[in-house]
Amino acid sequence: MEQRESIIKVKSLVKKFGNFVANDNLTFNVFKGEIFGFLGANGAGKTTTIRILCGLSSPTSGEVMVAGFDAYKQSEDIKKNIGYMSQKFSLYDDLTIVENIQFYAGIYGMRSSIIKKRTDELLEKLGFGDSRDKLIRDIPLGWKQKLAFSVAIFHKPEIVFLDEPTGGVDPITRRQFWDLIYQASEDNITVFVTTHYMDEAEYCSRVTIMSDGKIVDLDTPLALKAKHKVANMDEVFYRIARNKE
Amino acid sequence: MDSIIANNLKKSYGNTIAIENISFEIKENELFGFIGPDGAGKTTLFRILTTLLIPDNGTAEVCEMNTVSDFKKLRQILGYMPGRFSLYQDLSVEENLAFFATIFGTTIEENYDLIKDIYSHIEPFKDRPAGKLSGGMKQKLALSCALIHKPQVLILDEPTTGVDAVSRKEFWQMLKNLQQKNITIIVSTPYMDEASMCDRVALIQKGHIMTIDTPQKIISLFGKSLYAIRSDRLYKLKNDLLNFSDCKSAHLFGQYIHYTGKDKVNSKLLNDYLLKNNHSNIEINPIEPGIEDCFMDLMLANNN
Repeated sequence: MEQRESIIKVKSLVKKFGNFVANDNLTFNVFKGEIFGFLGANGAGKTTTIRILCGLSSPTSGEVMVAGFDAYKQSEDIKKNIGYMSQKFSLYDDLTIVENIQFYAGIYGMRSSIIKKRTDELLEKLGFGDSRDKLIRDIPLGWKQKLAFSVAIFHKPEIVFLDEPTGGVDPITRRQFWDLIYQASEDNITVFVTTHYMDEAEYCSRVTIMSDGKIVDLDTPLALKAKHKVANMDEVFYRIARNKE
Repeated sequence: MDSIIANNLKKSYGNTIAIENISFEIKENELFGFIGPDGAGKTTLFRILTTLLIPDNGTAEVCEMNTVSDFKKLRQILGYMPGRFSLYQDLSVEENLAFFATIFGTTIEENYDLIKDIYSHIEPFKDRPAGKLSGGMKQKLALSCALIHKPQVLILDEPTTGVDAVSRKEFWQMLKNLQQKNITIIVSTPYMDEASMCDRVALIQKGHIMTIDTPQKIISLFGKSLYAIRSDRLYKLKNDLLNFSDCKSAHLFGQYIHYTGKDKVNSKLLNDYLLKNNHSNIEINPIEPGIEDCFMDLMLANNN
C-alpha cells in the first residue's frame, strides 16, 4: 500500500488555559486529499484544536505541522496556505459577490489577472453570472453558503477548515454543499470539517470523535460502525457519548 | 380547544417578505413543531406569537388573547426560549433563575416541581456564571427560566441548534416529559429527524407553510416508491444514478442514496446499469420515507 502523505501531523498536542486542559495529548494525522471529520460535543475541545491548526493559537506543548509548516514558528505561513469557513462568519453583507471575492483573493495575495479569470469561472460554475453585482445581504442563504465555501478555497489552499458549515441550512442546499466538498477533495484539497449532522459524518474519509479534550476514537466510518457493532454514525456517537457518563 | 390560532399572518422587512399566508391551529397540550431551514420564517413567526413583533397583516390568538391588543396579559402565561442564548452571562445559574422568577412575581420554590427534572442536571453548578456553562447546560438553564412561572404555552426557537446529537435527544425527552404537565409546547428546528418527536408538524420553507399534519401522515402522503441504494463508491453512485434514464431524484443520505424513479423501479435493470458502471457491493432496498425525504420532495415540488 502506498505511503499516504500527511498534510497535518499532530503529536502529543496539549493546550492549557490556566489549569484547564482543553486539548489533552492529541495525536493524529490528516492525509492529503482526505475529507476529515472532526466530531464531538460542544466543549469537547474541537474549536481549540482548529484554532491551533489554523495558526491562530499556539500549542502549550507537543508537535503540530500544517501544510509543511510548524505551528509554533511558522503560523503566518500556515495562514497563507489554508482556507477557513464557519457558519458564524463568512462574507460581507454590504459588499457584492464580486467585491467579496476580490477582497479575499487580495488578502491572500493573488494577482489581479488571476482573480479576474477565476472569478468568471467560479460565477459560471455556481450559476451566479447574472448576479455578480448583487449584495450578499440580498442573495439566498443557500447561495451564501456555496459562495463562502468557494471563496474559502479560491486561492487553492492545501487545506480548508470548515466549522459547522451546514448548520441550519435546508436539506437540499446541505447536499449541494457536500457536492462542493467532494469536488474540492477530488481536486486534492484536504477538507477538515466539523459537524453536528451525523449523516454528514458518513461522507467523511475518516472521522475523529473528541470528548473532554481527548480523542476517543479515530477511523473510517465503516470501521467505527463495525467496531461498535452499529448501523450508522449516529449510533456510534451515541455509544461513545454514553460511555463517558 | 385550540391553544393558538393564526390567521393569514404576513410580515415583511423592507422588501423582503419573511412570512406570508400563515394560518394554523394548535391544540391545547400539543407538542407542535415548525420544521424548516434558516430563513424559513420561524423566528419571525415566533416573535409574533410571543407578542414581540406586530404582523403587517393577519391575526394571532394565544389562549384566546390577541397577540397585539392583549399583549400584557399574554406575556404572563407565555414561556419563551429565544434562538440565541439570552440569559445573563455574568449572573450565576441560580441568580438567573431567581431573576426570572421574581420578574414573574413568583419564587423558585413555588414551581420547582415543574423544572426539577431539568434543573437537577445543572443544580450542582448553581454558583457558576451562566456564560461559563457548556452548550447543553445553557439550554437547560434557559428552559428552566422559561418554565419558572408555570406558563400555559411554551415557545422554543431552535433550542437544539448547534448542540450535539446526544444532548439533542435528551432535550426532546425533557420536552415529552413536560407535555405530561399540561403545557402546550411549540418548537422550531432545522433538524428534520426531530419532527418525529412532535404530535404534529408544519413544514415551513421561504415564509410559507408547505404542509401541516402528523409526521406519520406526511410520510404516508409521500406517494412514491423510495429505494436506499449503496455501492463501494458513494459519490460516483450518486452521479451515475442521476444519469440513469429513469431517475427522478437521487439524494445523499449518509451511506446510502435515496432514489425515486419516474416509473416503477426495476431493481434488476438498475443493478445491471450500476455493474456496467463499475460499482460493486451494490445494495438496492425499498424503504419507507422519512420526514427529510418528504421535506425535500415538497421543496422541489414548490420550486417548480
